[in-house]
Amino acid sequence: MAHEHDTQAVERVYRPSPGLAVAVDDPVQNPGLPPHRERVTDKDPQANRRAVRTVYTLFYVSVAASIWAVAAYMLFPIEGEYATMGNIRNNNLFIGLGIAFALLAIGIGAIHWSKSLMSDKEHVEARHSTRGSEPTRAAVIQAFATANEESGFGRRKMIRNSLFAALVASVIPGITLFRNLAPNDGNDPVQLLNETMWAKGERLVLDPEGTPVKAADVTIGSAFHIIPESLAGLSHDEGYLEEKAKAIVLLVRLLPEQLKETEERKTWSYDGIVAYSKVCTHVGCPVALYEQQTHHLLCPCHQSQFDVTEHAKVVFGPAARPLPQLPITVDAEGYLVAKDGFSEPVGPSFWERH
Amino acid sequence: MAREKKRRSHGRRSPLAAAALIGIGLVLSGGIYAGASAAVAATSEPTAADTALTAEDGQKLFQANCATCHGLDLQGTDDGPSLYGVGALAVEFQVSTGRMPLQMQGPQAEQKPVQFTEEQILAMADYVQSVAPGPDLPSDHILDGEGDLARGAELFRINCAMCHNVAAAGGALTQGKWAPDIQDTSALHIYAAMVTGPQNMPVFNNMNLTPEDKRDIISALLYQQEEQAPGGFNIGSLGPVAEGFFVWIFGIGGLVAITVWITAKSN
Ligand code: FES
Repeated sequence: MAHEHDTQAVERVYRPSPGLAVAVDDPVQNPGLPPHRERVTDKDPQANRRAVRTVYTLFYVSVAASIWAVAAYMLFPIEGEYATMGNIRNNNLFIGLGIAFALLAIGIGAIHWSKSLMSDKEHVEARHSTRGSEPTRAAVIQAFATANEESGFGRRKMIRNSLFAALVASVIPGITLFRNLAPNDGNDPVQLLNETMWAKGERLVLDPEGTPVKAADVTIGSAFHIIPESLAGLSHDEGYLEEKAKAIVLLVRLLPEQLKETEERKTWSYDGIVAYSKVCTHVGCPVALYEQQTHHLLCPCHQSQFDVTEHAKVVFGPAARPLPQLPITVDAEGYLVAKDGFSEPVGPSFWERH
Repeated sequence: MAREKKRRSHGRRSPLAAAALIGIGLVLSGGIYAGASAAVAATSEPTAADTALTAEDGQKLFQANCATCHGLDLQGTDDGPSLYGVGALAVEFQVSTGRMPLQMQGPQAEQKPVQFTEEQILAMADYVQSVAPGPDLPSDHILDGEGDLARGAELFRINCAMCHNVAAAGGALTQGKWAPDIQDTSALHIYAAMVTGPQNMPVFNNMNLTPEDKRDIISALLYQQEEQAPGGFNIGSLGPVAEGFFVWIFGIGGLVAITVWITAKSN
């Protein structure tokens, strides 16, 4: 009876598979080339003729497009009375299209030619091994040794070392030139980054006109873009842009009770009017998207938000510090003036400001 | 073999055909959309002309449509601000851009189809102006678009471009608010926005931007609205993000298609 047989016969003979379904000696076997398949153009003479026609038509299209590009240059003048935006656009567009089609047609034609008409028989070119043969290697080593001996490179230490010195020295002028790209007009760059044109008594004037602003002009809900008065008089050569980049200020007015001011900064605002640097403390974009109802300032670059009611503290985003506040007051004539310069450097962190 | 024969009998449709079709479809629908939105944008523009309706009619319209939120006497309620001193200009702007009556509370009032005729709007504006005056409609001189374009563009870049985009294409603000595009806003509404500071937009009073400044800014914007973009398709004038997307999808997509074609076997 079956159950009287050896019940563990299976366990005795069974050998589990090591995990591979197929034993492979060489894991990367050469599959060889697939059989050559004839193309339509090989079998059908009509298709062949059509392909030939397509290719030469493309090349002639290219010729025509090149001629068209030259014609477009003359047909769409952009000088004198024709110098309008629309004409410049047409001129660029049609010359560009001509050149683009000229080059594209050559490319498409060439590829179509090679794909449909040139022989497409594939063959294998075996790769030779990269290691040179023993004699070659010996010869190269020999060549180096001879060269060393004949030139005296290893022997004449003076010459060799002076050559090294010359090579190192040749880089130095480059370093000097690049070093000079840093601000170097006798001023310490740290100093330049620390200071703006704002100083005690400097009037707040409108950007770019230079009109001074009276406290009464700044109505609730308005936003004034402000520069220091002495900046408005600078010319481009006198560093107008460099100074402006640091000195731009936004002036807004809130109800005095909306401002949550700290004790020591109570005197920095004037009757609800506050002035903050417009240079973002993240990487220095101009922060000027002022929402007059939420009193938030938004930086367009990386969405830092500053709360104007609380000394421009950061309420969102990557900026690390509040925007620096410019202390302001009014002068005898009622114009807004700075009480002092900024008490801290404006703008992003730099190597001596974190 | 059978499969090959079947394909051949269907004609030689290259796999590129599908890609080309999709490309053509996208370009076409984009073009149609751009054309259609330009056509829709061409709307009429109200003027400061005398109206046949009086301030009394305006009062009735106001009480029927606005008083629930703004109060029977413009005093405001829990649902809406008081309208003392907002003036005729603000009423004209808010109602004839469709922002008011407000459809629903949200981050900001949306523009929607205008609910009243021009005459009704001016009547309501007259009424509000008569109760508690504020900024009124400007003279035609300010809206004539004949100001100094270069100066206007500079003032625009200093005062407006950070929110409205340098090409006036608009931009995002915080928490779902946005600065609308002003690429087809009328001269009157540009002026009204500067003077009344709707919603989160700051007010630009006459000491900040003088009436001549405003005229220059309006002129520069009107010029931009009419002038063709010198670079051809401006892709919404939204800047590097939109342009980058375009190049990634169409530029690199085109390169991929060409590469596929080059390496595909000829049949
Ligand atoms: S520069 Fe302002 S958030 Fe980055």
